[in-house]
Amino acid sequence: MTTPAVNVDTPAMELRALPVGRHALLVEVATGEDAQALHAELLRRRAAGALPPVREIVPAARTVLLDGLADPQALAADIAGWSVPPLAAAGGEPVVVPVRYDGADLAEVAELWGVAEEEVAGVHSGLEFRVAFCGFSPGFGYLTGLPKRLWVPRRATPRTTVPAGAVALAGPYTGVYPRSSPGGWQLIGRTDAVLWDTGRTPAALLSPGTRVRFEVVA
Amino acid sequence: MNALTVVRAGALTTVQDLGRPGHAHLGVGLSGALDRPAHLLANRLVGNPAECATLETTVNGVAVRPDRAVTVAVTGTPCPVRVDGRPVAWGAPVRVPAGAVLDVGAAVGGLRAYVAFGGGVAVEPVLGSRSRDLLSGLGPEPLADGAELPLGVPLGLSRGVDAAPWPAPPVDGLVLPVVLGPRDDWFTPDAPRALAAGAYRVSPASNRIGLRTEGPALVRAPSRDGELPSEGMVLGAVQVPPDGLPVVFLADHPTTGGYPVIGVVPGAALASAGQAVPGTPVRFVLVRA
Repeated sequence: MTTPAVNVDTPAMELRALPVGRHALLVEVATGEDAQALHAELLRRRAAGALPPVREIVPAARTVLLDGLADPQALAADIAGWSVPPLAAAGGEPVVVPVRYDGADLAEVAELWGVAEEEVAGVHSGLEFRVAFCGFSPGFGYLTGLPKRLWVPRRATPRTTVPAGAVALAGPYTGVYPRSSPGGWQLIGRTDAVLWDTGRTPAALLSPGTRVRFEVVA
Repeated sequence: MNALTVVRAGALTTVQDLGRPGHAHLGVGLSGALDRPAHLLANRLVGNPAECATLETTVNGVAVRPDRAVTVAVTGTPCPVRVDGRPVAWGAPVRVPAGAVLDVGAAVGGLRAYVAFGGGVAVEPVLGSRSRDLLSGLGPEPLADGAELPLGVPLGLSRGVDAAPWPAPPVDGLVLPVVLGPRDDWFTPDAPRALAAGAYRVSPASNRIGLRTEGPALVRAPSRDGELPSEGMVLGAVQVPPDGLPVVFLADHPTTGGYPVIGVVPGAALASAGQAVPGTPVRFVLVRA
């Protein structure tokens, strides 16, 4: 049941497994979407018991890291023969994050987007996002889903303090700062949602693969 | 109530255990004792299981006062150990009476001592671990003067030892084996040789996140002038930031990063990296996977 259906319309995903030390593999693919599809496939295989024991499966921008493998070479050889189905259209309801769109960089983002300042909220909350990977800080997700025309650069000078709950943009990503920290992303709003709470299960509101919508609140 | 009172917190003393595996995909690193064999030995000497939390000191030790009698052991860097001012054994189980002050003194040769207590330091675990991760801020705050730390119930009896074999800290030089990859192709073809031949030293900017080095800068391949899209990072990764100086990732390293990793130091060699004082010569030795 773990054998993925072969989609004849999609060219096979190219997987490049690079050894990392003696117990890890970095599997590199061509695009961020491929990395998300590979990550989903790895989780499917692990759940089905079709993956050798692995301590960490860490998706990132164009790669998935498999760490804590007994025999990375054997898995690398196996992966070379895998056929990974494209990312399935997800079922179920996305996580909804309520946002006050009053960020310090709202005017600058509006200008880069070519819209009025008060239109940023409508554009951003009208999109659906997906957590591609986490990093930077516990529970900080890199959310994809912005069309390319809405990508904005990082700020030239990072802020020394960005407040917890800040909703921000950089490059292809949207993110929400789980805790107050330095940061170079453009701030468009703020949420009261708790992104990270180790007293809660799961601790992270947004983990890789989670679908996300933002909702305008006054 | 079975607790320790911190009499002298020291430069940086943290609670550490075997770390927090399995959460890297959420941006939570492994953390845990930098000198893992020393942590394990200290626990064994007091009859604790491996996962009991110890105190990891930095440079100038720590002093604590238990409110019940407890068996302790100090390992890691050699250092003077005193109970109420009286010298006692390093690297062996020692009985500390209730109310007496255990003073772990300044490191001799290394950096970090590990102090195990029968029953372990029983602070509340976070995601299955009591380790303080200095990068992510998870786990108990570093020790502060006057703070109280709960002690667990001793599970076993310390059997004592005739001799606990222990490697000396890397006084003369730190030798770090390196398996090349995954991003050695981001550097000039000469870079691996330059890494292996370079006279590096441990930088004073080193910490639990990484062992920073000073020495010859490694040169990026001309075709690789852009930024690497963020990718997962492993313990022991030798990451090369734009200044060209290798950083060896230690327990509190970030889970993802955008600078290329020229090679990886196998985990067994990292204990000595955690004991190397600033200025220690570092030699990288290329090894096969």
